[in-house]
Amino acid sequence: MSSNVVPLTSILRSRPVSEAPKAPAGGGCSSSSCGSSDGQGDMPAHIWDKVKDHPCYSEEAHHYFARMHVAVAPACNIQCNYCNRKYDCANESRPGVTSEKLTPEQAARKVAAVAAKVPQLSVLGIAGPGDSMFDWRHTSATFREVSKLMPDLKYCVSTNGLALPDHVDELAEHNIDHVTITINMIDPEIGALIYPWIYFKGKRYTGIEGARILHERQMEGLERLTEKGILTKINSVMIPGINDQHLIEVNKAIKARGAFLHNVMPLISDAAHGTAFGLSGQRGPKPAELKDLQDKLAGGANLMRHCRQCRADAVGMLGEDLSQDFTLDKIPEAPSYDPEPRRLYREVVERERADRNKAVASAEAELAETVEEAPAKLVAICTKGGGRINQHFGHAKEFQVFEVDAKGVRFSGHRKADNYCVGGYGDDDKLDVVLAALEGIETVFVAKIGRCPKDDLKKAGIEAVDQYPFEYIETAIAAWYADRFGNRAETSVIA
Amino acid sequence: MALKIIADECTSCGACEFECPNAAISLKNDVYVIKASGCTECDGDAPKCQAVCPVEGCIVQG
Repeated sequence: MSSNVVPLTSILRSRPVSEAPKAPAGGGCSSSSCGSSDGQGDMPAHIWDKVKDHPCYSEEAHHYFARMHVAVAPACNIQCNYCNRKYDCANESRPGVTSEKLTPEQAARKVAAVAAKVPQLSVLGIAGPGDSMFDWRHTSATFREVSKLMPDLKYCVSTNGLALPDHVDELAEHNIDHVTITINMIDPEIGALIYPWIYFKGKRYTGIEGARILHERQMEGLERLTEKGILTKINSVMIPGINDQHLIEVNKAIKARGAFLHNVMPLISDAAHGTAFGLSGQRGPKPAELKDLQDKLAGGANLMRHCRQCRADAVGMLGEDLSQDFTLDKIPEAPSYDPEPRRLYREVVERERADRNKAVASAEAELAETVEEAPAKLVAICTKGGGRINQHFGHAKEFQVFEVDAKGVRFSGHRKADNYCVGGYGDDDKLDVVLAALEGIETVFVAKIGRCPKDDLKKAGIEAVDQYPFEYIETAIAAWYADRFGNRAETSVIA
Repeated sequence: MALKIIADECTSCGACEFECPNAAISLKNDVYVIKASGCTECDGDAPKCQAVCPVEGCIVQG
């Protein structure tokens, strides 16, 4: 199994939480502004209760909890220019991709097998590979099967919204309290550039006519979910030159209709994927363009910045994919499921969270004291989860990016640097991949790093910081920042 | 008067089975097939299976 899961043993068997690394004396801070921010904040208790263990709806939860998708809903009712339904690859990780389609019974078996091995599992989602609402027979049968076994899982679905208004009441009956709708436009003229056709009530509609129907159904579905008190996340694919600036209007429209979270994702476009956009040469946005847009959207609907655009059969923590460990041939006919490890894990996380929040709060206070005015900095982190700097640089397949200034430390996003997936082989290629992923970042925090890669990074103008192994991300960044840019820096030089 | 599914093109998504008004489509050995005796080509309307199929050229005249 991948080492990227927060190992339960590392938490259970290591020091008691009271002896966990203390906030460094240099001060620190945190307010990870992603999804539901880093904690309850001013969120009403009943909503906090819904999102606190959901890795997609809470940035904080994604450090601790895992999700799985079961690919039971292959049928779809629209065609998107960024999707090619014929394509599949076990090494690709992106929405709509799956290796095997499951029947509802097989899906229930798989969920039980995963829950037995991955105590971090908190969420079961159905995200196609087609549309979960259009393929409602399979979706609802799956939730029925799984809820017999594991009523304490959170259930969620994602949809393009076209068939959504037909099933809102049934969603509530199935106890599905998280729904993701992909909304890329509120203007049918823009929609016509993204959706060549839709299939609605027995007919295919193309162009602006099709996009208008889709838009109206999306808004109706969102409004009705809000009325029902079901939490909604809106996914928008950022397509440069087509809807990038328009997403500001989309953000306003969905906020007005009660969306809980807005997730702007970069278009994934490659001719090899065989999508219309891939073949036409339509490019995806650069990390900096995505961040610019996300920053413009601050103040609107809550933004999700930690999305990994996962597969329709993804399993594990958000930054990892264990789907290949749980293919049908690898799971037992009748997996035994014991809820106790999951319950224990949740207890551990509650303690760990309380400790982390305390450390982060005191660090934040100290940062406010020591740093008066300094430039905001982007830093990259190597982490396996748990909110700590706990990964060797050489093992990092992605970096989490945080922004720090005198006001605090905020989660900004992640950068993929997966050697295999981006086509590199061997160490030299890997460095190029990492350098490209770290564009615009001068500092990377690691649990450990070899001397050669450290020197290589230095040559490229990137400093590897290894003084804070296993500490909380926010406290470490804050301590480092206070050292560099705070008053403390001067006093320490004099001392 | 019947349509057929080109097996090599079929993604087995099942959208056509769901939409066929004559229940003439079913799964056989991992791909969907149209039972010729049941297919009416939707009696002059645009055939629903063709309208919903995500692969152009997958469902054709038999």
